[in-house]
Amino acid sequence: MQTEFTEDQQQFREIVSRFLRDKSPTSAVRQLMATEQGFDPAVWQQLSGELGLAGAHIPESYGGFGFGPVELGIAAEEMGRYLYCGPFFASSVMAGYALMAAAFEPQKEKLLPAIARGETIATLVLDDLNSPDRVGHAISAVDDILSGIASLVVDAHIADVLVVIASTGEDLGLYLVDSSAEGVVIEKREVLDPTRKLSSVRFAEVKAEKIGEVSMVSLNQAWDQICVALAHEMIGGAQYLLDSTVEYTKMRVQFGRPIGSFQALKHRCADLLMEVEFARAATHHAARCLDAGEGEPYIASMVKAMASDTYMNAARAGIQLRGGIGFTWENDTHLWFKRAKSSEVFMGTPHLHRERMMTIMEANTNEQ
Amino acid sequence: MNNDEIRKAVGSWLDDNWSADMSLVEWRDILVDGGWAAPHWPEEFFGRGFTQEQAALVSDVFTEKGAVGAAHAGPRRLAAETILAQGSDTQKKRYLRPILTGKEAWCQLFSEPGSGSDLAGASTKAELIDGRWIVNGQKVWTTSAHHADYGILLARTDWDLPKHQGLSYFLINMRQPGVEVRPLRQMNGHASFNEVFMTDAEVPSEDLIGGQGNGWAVAATTLSFERRGFALSRSAGEIKGAKVGRVYDEYEAELAVANEPYTWYPQRQGRVDLVVPRAIETGAIKDPQVRQEIARLISMSKGARLASAAAEQKRRAGTNEIIPAGSIGKLAASVIARQAAHVHTMITGADAMLSGPDSAAQGIIAETLISVPAISIAGGTDEIQRNIIAERVLGMPKELRSDTGPFRDIKRNTS
Repeated sequence: MQTEFTEDQQQFREIVSRFLRDKSPTSAVRQLMATEQGFDPAVWQQLSGELGLAGAHIPESYGGFGFGPVELGIAAEEMGRYLYCGPFFASSVMAGYALMAAAFEPQKEKLLPAIARGETIATLVLDDLNSPDRVGHAISAVDDILSGIASLVVDAHIADVLVVIASTGEDLGLYLVDSSAEGVVIEKREVLDPTRKLSSVRFAEVKAEKIGEVSMVSLNQAWDQICVALAHEMIGGAQYLLDSTVEYTKMRVQFGRPIGSFQALKHRCADLLMEVEFARAATHHAARCLDAGEGEPYIASMVKAMASDTYMNAARAGIQLRGGIGFTWENDTHLWFKRAKSSEVFMGTPHLHRERMMTIMEANTNEQ
Repeated sequence: MNNDEIRKAVGSWLDDNWSADMSLVEWRDILVDGGWAAPHWPEEFFGRGFTQEQAALVSDVFTEKGAVGAAHAGPRRLAAETILAQGSDTQKKRYLRPILTGKEAWCQLFSEPGSGSDLAGASTKAELIDGRWIVNGQKVWTTSAHHADYGILLARTDWDLPKHQGLSYFLINMRQPGVEVRPLRQMNGHASFNEVFMTDAEVPSEDLIGGQGNGWAVAATTLSFERRGFALSRSAGEIKGAKVGRVYDEYEAELAVANEPYTWYPQRQGRVDLVVPRAIETGAIKDPQVRQEIARLISMSKGARLASAAAEQKRRAGTNEIIPAGSIGKLAASVIARQAAHVHTMITGADAMLSGPDSAAQGIIAETLISVPAISIAGGTDEIQRNIIAERVLGMPKELRSDTGPFRDIKRNTS
């Protein structure tokens, strides 16, 4: 198993980072988050076409870059740092991983190349965003006719196609629906984090194409992969908050000295650095575990919980150490705070993941 | 010599000279004369000028052949390396050999009741009177002082200079009337350390090391060796083969003395290893809150290990980045130990009111609960580590100082 980044991977990070620094400054984030669409199609095309990020983790045989979770993680980490606004997470990460885990071969061959090129924007419709165990409770498929509602779907408002996991009674199936199909009602929701757009998606007896079978194993596998990518996004954001907050304490003067010279602030920053270091090392390790198919079986839940707590701690410190200015709309810190909060609860809160981690650990101990 | 030649040379030398039937000192005299006691030291002082890697190779051959090496346990190594780095030729000739043979044991007289975190604030006084240094003052947290023949001592020789400049570094004979050693009992009942009282204790003028007023620089040398850790200490159990013979018996006894202060050290780390087994054994593993806290503990512990491995890789790759390894590792150990103690408490419940052989895990849990407070103090408090991380790693501005100017004018503790 890989234990450090290769030179190629480091270069890849630099390329992604440079691109996002240029294309996703906070001025762009603020502008995009206020729009209906929430993303810039030109930047998305460059990011997918020129950099190949949308297909980083998709095998070359399906038109992707053929990298793995490590490179996808690098891309997600940098996007988290720059709060990139676009369908990367919904289309590439969520729909991409779900298709790779559960779709039939012909549909993989048909759908994945378009997703990898960024030409088709897909999203994964899950009727529960808390735990894989609850998926399938609200959307059912009878003779490939979908009924029900998913109340939280990322980027459904800009998706061309919906990849839906629905209950077939006993089992779960994977379905494909055109977002403009008759009977599909997509309504944008008011969101806490304006950089991550959510909609409800209602299916009123919609004819769908069944494109795969979803077992609990494949659902958990996709869930893990999505969580590890999300953890990368979160540690990227946490690192940005740490860096920017420390810089602020060096510049801001009160009582005749930079506030960073006060131990109360130093100690909080030191603790935060430690937490960020741990979460990042663990998250990078998790991607390598997924890549190699070995390591701790509970690693995805472990890092989702760690990255969530770390990002929120960094966000709280980011506001607190700036004082009053940190609570203003004008200051950028709240953009990351809101992303931290929405990421904390997205795909399972930390406490659910810790419980899942223990359950997996026990199951594996009992097997041995 | 290349690596194979080194292995061959030390191997054939051991074949010719090693025997377990000698006394330990007898064997080590041969060892020192043969030049294999400290191969990384320079040739003029008992060594061969080997690199650390070459020296490790020699050590491997010793282990394979079942041969006992030079004395290395405890603070003697710090004294030896400091004398080697900063001492005069006379000092090296006088002191290094008995350190290697184990004939003379050493202790480290740095911390004082009045200066703990602020080591440079030491106020033990050394005055040059009639060609001898007369020492008065008190040291504390001195490991193995009751077994020591000599001590490395940091004392103040000038009270009118700023605090770092008025310190000098001495080699002091512990076996003299002016030195009194008293065991210091800790809150967990063990007495791993000592207090050392010096009343008109004498140091010959030639046992000043590094020159008058250079004590802080010499102490920094010692501390850098201390930070590099006690990884060297091994037990006779790791030596291969049947361990029958006088040398082994005496070596075991030497290690037992050196390791005696550290029996509770695993407990101060929180005994993370016992958490899951005890949770299963007691059924606490079914408690949702215990599960949450165990998961947190495992996450922290794995995160710390992975972060430390990542830092080590960066260091080896020779990056220009500041690597936050040491102080973060130290701080991590505290956080992990506290969390482990917290989980042990949840698991054990009211039984945690007990201690001793009848209590949980034959007393290990009780000892853990009352030993963990040490981890965030020993070797630099958590608060000092956070200052170091903030200032050196994050580059935050230094604390304003109120301890500049002549030492005698600086506010300090009064006893």
